[in-house]
Amino acid sequence: MNPASSVIIFTVLSGMGLGYLALLATAHDYTGAAAFWHWAFAYALATIGLAASAFHLGNPQRAWRAFTQWRSSWLSREAWGAVLTLLAFAPLALSDWLGLGLPRGFGWVGAVLAMATVIATGMIYAQIRAVPRWHHWSVPLLYLAYALAGGCLLAGFRMPAILALVGVAGAVLLHWRVGDGAFARARSSLGSATGLGALGQVEIFEPAHTAGSYLLREMIYVVGRRHVKRLRVIALGVGVALPILALLVVPGVGGFGLAIILYLLGAFAQRWLFFAEAEHVVGLYYGRR
Amino acid sequence: MCACRCGINVHLKEGRVSYIEGNRDHPINKGVLCAKGASGIMQVTAPSRLRTPLRRVGPRGSGAFEPISWEDALQTAVDWLRPLRDEAPEKLAFFTGRDQSQSFTGWWAQAFGTPNYAAHGGFCSVNMAAAGIYTLGGAFWEFGAPDWERSKLFVLFGVAEDHDSNPIKIGIGKMKARGARVIGVNPIRTGYNAVADDWIGITPGTDGLFILSLIHCLLEAGKVDLDYLARYTNAAYLINETEGPDKGLFVRNAEAQPFVIDRRTGAPAPWEAKGVQPDLGAKWQGHRTVFQHMAARYLAPDYAPEAVAARCGVPALRIRQLAAELADVAFNQAIEIAQPWVDFRGDAHASMIGRPVSFHAMRGISAHSNGFQTARALHLLQILLGAVETPGSWRMKPPYPKPMEAHPTPHFIAVPGKPLTGPHLGYVRGPEQLALKPDGSPARIDKAFSWENPFSAHGLMHMVIPNAVAGDPYRIDTLFLYMANMAWNSSMNTAQVMQMLTAQEPDGSYTIPRIIYSDAYASEMVAYADLILPDTTYLERHDCISMLDRPVSEPDAAGDAIRWPVVEPDRNVRGFQSVLLDLGARLGLPGMVAEDGSPKFRDYADYIVSHQRRPGVGPLMGFRGNGDGEGRGAPNPDQMARYIENGGFFQAHVPEEALFFKPWNAAYQDWAVKVGLFDSPQPYLFNIWSEPMRRFQLAAEGHGAVQPPDHLRERLKLAMDPLPIWYPTFGDAAEPFGFEVHALTQRPMDMYHSWGSQNAWLRQIRGHNPLFVPTKLWRKHGFSEGDWARVTSPSGQITVPVVHMAALNEHTVWTWNAIGKRKGAWALSQDAPESTRGFLLNHLISELLPAKGDGMRYSNSDPVTGQAAWFDLRVRLERAEPPAQAESLPAFGTLAMEGLR
Amino acid sequence: MTCLPQKTDKALGLVIDLDTCVGCQACVTACKGWNDQGYGVPLSDQNPYGSEPSGTFLNRVHSYQVMPEAAAPMIVNFPRSCLHCADAPCVTVCPTGASYKRAEDGIVLVNEDACIGCGLCAWACPYGAREMDAAAGVMKKCTLCVDRIYNENLPEEDREPACVRTCPTGARHFGDLADPASAVSQLVAARGGYDLMPEQATRPTNKYLPPRKKDRPDQASLLAPLLDIKATGLAGWLDRVLGKLP
Ligand SMILES: Nc1nc2c(c(=O)[nH]1)N[C@H]1C(S)=C(S)[C@@H](COP(=O)(O)OP(=O)(O)OC[C@H]3O[C@@H](n4cnc5c(=O)[nH]c(N)nc54)[C@H](O)[C@@H]3O)O[C@H]1N2
Ligand SMILES: Nc1nc2c(c(=O)[nH]1)N[C@H]1C(S)=C(S)[C@@H](COP(=O)(O)OP(=O)(O)OC[C@H]3O[C@@H](n4cnc5c(=O)[nH]c(N)nc54)[C@H](O)[C@@H]3O)O[C@H]1N2
Ligand code: SF4
Ligand code: SF4
Ligand code: SF4
Ligand code: SF4
Ligand code: SF4
Ligand SMILES: [Mo]
Repeated sequence: MNPASSVIIFTVLSGMGLGYLALLATAHDYTGAAAFWHWAFAYALATIGLAASAFHLGNPQRAWRAFTQWRSSWLSREAWGAVLTLLAFAPLALSDWLGLGLPRGFGWVGAVLAMATVIATGMIYAQIRAVPRWHHWSVPLLYLAYALAGGCLLAGFRMPAILALVGVAGAVLLHWRVGDGAFARARSSLGSATGLGALGQVEIFEPAHTAGSYLLREMIYVVGRRHVKRLRVIALGVGVALPILALLVVPGVGGFGLAIILYLLGAFAQRWLFFAEAEHVVGLYYGRR
Repeated sequence: MCACRCGINVHLKEGRVSYIEGNRDHPINKGVLCAKGASGIMQVTAPSRLRTPLRRVGPRGSGAFEPISWEDALQTAVDWLRPLRDEAPEKLAFFTGRDQSQSFTGWWAQAFGTPNYAAHGGFCSVNMAAAGIYTLGGAFWEFGAPDWERSKLFVLFGVAEDHDSNPIKIGIGKMKARGARVIGVNPIRTGYNAVADDWIGITPGTDGLFILSLIHCLLEAGKVDLDYLARYTNAAYLINETEGPDKGLFVRNAEAQPFVIDRRTGAPAPWEAKGVQPDLGAKWQGHRTVFQHMAARYLAPDYAPEAVAARCGVPALRIRQLAAELADVAFNQAIEIAQPWVDFRGDAHASMIGRPVSFHAMRGISAHSNGFQTARALHLLQILLGAVETPGSWRMKPPYPKPMEAHPTPHFIAVPGKPLTGPHLGYVRGPEQLALKPDGSPARIDKAFSWENPFSAHGLMHMVIPNAVAGDPYRIDTLFLYMANMAWNSSMNTAQVMQMLTAQEPDGSYTIPRIIYSDAYASEMVAYADLILPDTTYLERHDCISMLDRPVSEPDAAGDAIRWPVVEPDRNVRGFQSVLLDLGARLGLPGMVAEDGSPKFRDYADYIVSHQRRPGVGPLMGFRGNGDGEGRGAPNPDQMARYIENGGFFQAHVPEEALFFKPWNAAYQDWAVKVGLFDSPQPYLFNIWSEPMRRFQLAAEGHGAVQPPDHLRERLKLAMDPLPIWYPTFGDAAEPFGFEVHALTQRPMDMYHSWGSQNAWLRQIRGHNPLFVPTKLWRKHGFSEGDWARVTSPSGQITVPVVHMAALNEHTVWTWNAIGKRKGAWALSQDAPESTRGFLLNHLISELLPAKGDGMRYSNSDPVTGQAAWFDLRVRLERAEPPAQAESLPAFGTLAMEGLR
Repeated sequence: MTCLPQKTDKALGLVIDLDTCVGCQACVTACKGWNDQGYGVPLSDQNPYGSEPSGTFLNRVHSYQVMPEAAAPMIVNFPRSCLHCADAPCVTVCPTGASYKRAEDGIVLVNEDACIGCGLCAWACPYGAREMDAAAGVMKKCTLCVDRIYNENLPEEDREPACVRTCPTGARHFGDLADPASAVSQLVAARGGYDLMPEQATRPTNKYLPPRKKDRPDQASLLAPLLDIKATGLAGWLDRVLGKLP
């Protein structure tokens, strides 16, 4: 699948922002200006992320319609989740800033919604059977792990962040492990795609067209696969191991700053891979996956 | 749009073409369209369309032109042509490409008086046409069709697409739906051959041998239709066996008529007499029948499957099986139609017996230097099975069947200021009819109807430019081309042809002094012309698919059609035929000016309706006279309107009792006279033994007054054999020099030669072409995906991408025809895939055969007809590094044609 | 809208005969031609005369080579368009309801006015049947020519998809696959029509007919020579042959 930067930014930042929001609401009690800046920052991250997702729409002016199909569509659910989450945190954020004293238990509602939203994001991908690498519960888990780790880093919880990063490592490894054999397990092949498999070995003779097409650009992205190994190292090394190291050896805010930058690098690398490595079964028709 | 001539319905929205679909009532396509037809809208909107007449201002080939007015353009043409007509008409060479108005353009050239006219048939499929006419009085090509409704076995030789592309597809679809069997004989298994139930992946150039081996098997088993042979073919004629000038000719009676021995009496009898039963086994005064000569030849062990299998690349058992299958279907599964009929002898038949085996063949056998004889061999196979013009077999479309004798002979004597005395092209019966000057040199620039290729019934368009530049047989002044991309895909040896077009004399003048060209689009050829007469596109003009030409007939009905403009041109262009009439009128050509010297025809539409070729017979057969005339009748001013009302076509249906056995069916002969196809009934016998061919052999043996040059004697003796034979193609001579691989092209179904690439939809489907390599060669050269190969022929070299193909003869590589484009042409961007990766095989094909010991260089053509031997090509393969920028080689400079848009 | 109908009254769709398709691409351009001026926005082309042309097509024809173990290799041409699946994943993923399956006839359509161009439905379709139009930013797909098959302005015989109407070999058939008595259903039954990628659990409506068995195995020839020509010579042969005449 084509790793569109808008979608990568969307999933990384919104996940991190939602994780942070959830922690702000449940594990912090900033007040006054501090509260304002923290909440504003968390909101900004989440909304920038969500806004980025609109960039890959063909007709963003109709984006409101995406709210209509919550009964069946994970994308619609995610949209609802995001808006409800942002709304749900608002009273608490105001209360924190203005000192209104709203009970903190309120935050849990938002936090649950936030995590549900992250899971919904993951489900957008996990529901797609046509991309076997994604079609697994490890995908929402992965998104959740990243959101939590990002949140902990921003929230400045050193030990939880380290644990969450370890969780990320686990989720990523699981995703790769499951994902690497997924295509084969899905049993889709050029033989089943054409139904000709029983007759003999099927190969491409001529492509349906020599020109480019939406499908080739969007679904059959084979350009960057040779970077896979390096990017996997970056995702785990730079995105997990180094932040843990930074948190362990660099004290104070500096450690967090460094860890966040490294985390983001790793997260972007992982997310790029998440798309670039994902093979759509339609690629079978073109002999390229 | 193309030579398939399908009927279309064009839908307009606000005066613009919005959608094109097939005309359901049309006899050719019955509603369906091909990929090109269904995207014709892109043809009409292409940015490559020429916009205005042009005069060359830069050097030839530079692409530098200035726009001029039509008046200026026509005056220039007249200034060039008038002196030629007055002094030496042969100095105009007028050749047309896939022209659908040949009866008109030929008539114009005849009026001009030049002997140098032909359309593209010589490089296309004249072997097919000529072998058919000389043998059956009709040809495959688009002049006949399998009985799609009744045929049970259909064998297809060397066809990728053909002119009758939609009818063949409809037919194959029908046969498959009925569960009838289709067999494809083709080195390459794509398209029709991919859906065939059986595929015989023959080695190129060996079909003749394969077919004669089938004949061997059938004869050996006695599985031939003796009754059919005796009644309808010259198998019972006696061959003169007396040494001397008549040896091998038919034994004739006092009236110089060949005759047969009647089985009832054992005595000679006229071949056409009522009740006569020609005796195939007769021996008379030491002369034996054609049948016996034929049997003696093909029963020889040289034609046994085991003897030919390796050469043909087909296992012997496979050949025997096919022969058995043919015999089984023809004789054990014969069909009968309860339709009484009467033959030309007056013998009545209670029903029509059919041999439901049909064949079709095209350029795969035709475009070889043994193609004429191979096509004859195939016709012989059909005849032996009784599978021509019988129910379930292959049948001819009116105006065919038509005996060879009913065709004209070539006319070629140029007299200044005078028209030619008859049509240029025809069918020679003997050496006396060759187009030779008194000194024996060729009278035509293309050397058609010369000893090098006596039966060149369609001319040799591929030799015009090389001959004109070599001054052999003479120089010309003006080359006038229409609808032929001679600077690119329709030439052999493209690189040198481009040089020839720009060749200069020591004084700096061009060796071909003037080139006038009519194209509708910015093709490669445009860049090499001096004067461009821009044509309309197909939806902007009148056209006529005439019975005098290549009509839209079906075996059951004669038919012709028109096209009329549905949109006005939005540019300064004019229909070429109208322009030609205008030119003719300005030159005062006979038939084109009225008594008072004014133009006789307003435009082509007027010509279509008012012109009469013979009294009562004009370009269109329908709605003549007062509107009821079918075939014959005075011109009818409402004719065009009536055609439009009728969906653009007209059909005259063949009566029920005349539907089969047409050459011999009295009812058909009478009908043909009634609708104006003939002036009198013309029954005839199929020519198993070809006497015209034997006459040339006799000349080569030294008999007769008109003698060939000595260096051609051996070749004529071989090629002009009166019974079908096989000899290796001339291209095979390259094999010992390491050129072991055959290289072919095929037409893609979705492209028409060079002009599909300007169609934005089609070029997305096929924007470049690879060379397809069979498994054995793929492994041998260690190719893998994405690789490139250097391909070398005796005359050139290309470097191109390769792709593996399993369903391919193991000695053969191939590519799609005419996808490669010259940079800058067709209004495509310079880095268009067509000109970067795409390539032509033509760069490797020479128009001349390599020099032999005698220093003579013959054209790369069939020695009988002059058919260009495109598929004789032999090459050598090597793995190669991808060229710079992964662009195929050779690369020619960019044509600077932006100015034309 | 985005929920799939429990059951459709009809299941209109195509049956494509791989034994007959010659790969001529006529259905590709006929489809483009009709739909360029029909249902919804035109099917745009980008860089149409340039180095990298690209455009929206609703129907594409591939070509595959099949290599059986012990028989001659084959080429199979393979048209690919929307299969109007019963369990269409492209419908349920759609966040806007633009993508829907009609309860009356099972046709899967996109309401272009509601489509935000998120592309999710194209991701969900295993068959690559949907292409986002680069100019309009909306999802395009085969409509089964709804604007033909119910079009009262067209003559009865033309109320079939453009691709079916144009297919020269008759390899494409249109009809109701829910009705076991329909011509298409019978064809599927007779020829063993099958689903593409059944493992994707989409339950396609369109069916493909497999290539028939090709290339008879080499077996003994049935043609027996009349007699041993070497021994009897041409004369003997001639006697036997002509002796067959009445
Ligand atoms: N390697 C190889 N080469 C081959 C062949 C092969 O099999 N292999 N086949 C040969 C054969 S059989 C043929 S027939 C030739 C065909 O070759 P050409 O006859 O050259 O065919 P086209 O490429 O169609 O070019 C005809 C020209 O007609 C122009 N044209 C199109 N429409 C119109 C119109 O309406 N009016 C006018 N005035 N011009 C128009 C086109 O723009 C083009 O420039 O190619 C030959 N070349
Ligand atoms: N779509 C489309 N249709 C066209 C045209 C076009 O350009 N595009 N051009 C038109 C014109 S001008 C022409 S002349 C016709 C030509 O129509 P076809 O006769 O179908 O011409 P080709 O495409 O050259 O196909 C030649 C076939 O012969 C096979 N072949 C080559 N050598 C041999 C051999 O030795 N033996 C056997 N058995 N087979 C062999 C090749 O593999 C190929 O399949 O098509 C016409 N129709
Ligand atoms: S075969 Fe030729 S005439 Fe027929 S639809 Fe195609 S382009 Fe038009
Ligand atoms: S083929 Fe694809 S687009 Fe069509 S209904 Fe099935 S899943 Fe949806
Ligand atoms: S692209 Fe349009 S139809 Fe497809 S899922 Fe998105 S909104 Fe629905
Ligand atoms: S049914 Fe209509 S929209 Fe669908 S592929 Fe055929 S022509 Fe195209
Ligand atoms: S039109 Fe028919 S034969 Fe041609 S590619 Fe389409 S389905 Fe195949
Ligand atoms: Mo041709």
